[in-house]
Amino acid sequence: MSVRQYELVYILPPDSTEQQVAEVHDLIAANVTRLNGQIEKTEPWGRRKLAYEIGPLKEGFYVLEVISGSGELMKELDRRLKVLDQVIRHLVVRSDAEKKVVERTRTKRQTSSERRRVKRGLPPTRQPGEGRSSTEPDDMDDDRFDVGEV
Amino acid sequence: MPFGQGRSGGGGGRGRGADKKAGDKEKGQRRPMFRRRKVCKFCADKIDDINYKDVKLLGPFVPERGKILPRRISGTCAMHQRKLQTAIKRARQLALIPYVTD
Repeated sequence: MSVRQYELVYILPPDSTEQQVAEVHDLIAANVTRLNGQIEKTEPWGRRKLAYEIGPLKEGFYVLEVISGSGELMKELDRRLKVLDQVIRHLVVRSDAEKKVVERTRTKRQTSSERRRVKRGLPPTRQPGEGRSSTEPDDMDDDRFDVGEV
Repeated sequence: MPFGQGRSGGGGGRGRGADKKAGDKEKGQRRPMFRRRKVCKFCADKIDDINYKDVKLLGPFVPERGKILPRRISGTCAMHQRKLQTAIKRARQLALIPYVTD
């Protein structure tokens, strides 16, 4: 059985007490250990405004867990969270594959830029004071786009 | 064969080629001349990881209405638009970004 890394984010009602939050966490932890998984990280984001109302709620308490384990484990967790009333929303995402892709593109870009620099007779890494970063006017200062004809 | 000449040259020349040679066709329209060259934000800033948790990053690509900004306006490259799309859809599921707002 292959071990994969997953990210689980779930949302609890904003008025849930610390004990309730811990309860849900313990339930997840119990299931994870039962199926030979491991919780690598737990990161409560705290209360956040929801982008849209879910039932009567306008805010939610977000928790992120990074779990490594099998697909069956996540299937089981997903099923349980669906049933659980306290969890108003949850999402399971596999994260190890994406991380690998990110890593690969990063190293690829670096090696290709180094190769190009060496070809031009420059040292492989960028030197301080090199380039034209500050002299050119930066016209992409704002994050907005000119929304033309949509 | 004189394809693309005469009256048949409609569609096509809207995106990239348009600002290169603003012929007399463009002159009479609303935006006659200068259009800023669009650059993929993620390529330019070397952002490899388009994550659904990063609402600040996704924000500019979801205008008020809540729709995903098309490539033709944002200038995002195909690969990054694809990644952006999945990230936005995931963020929507978690109520980080709205599906619709009116």
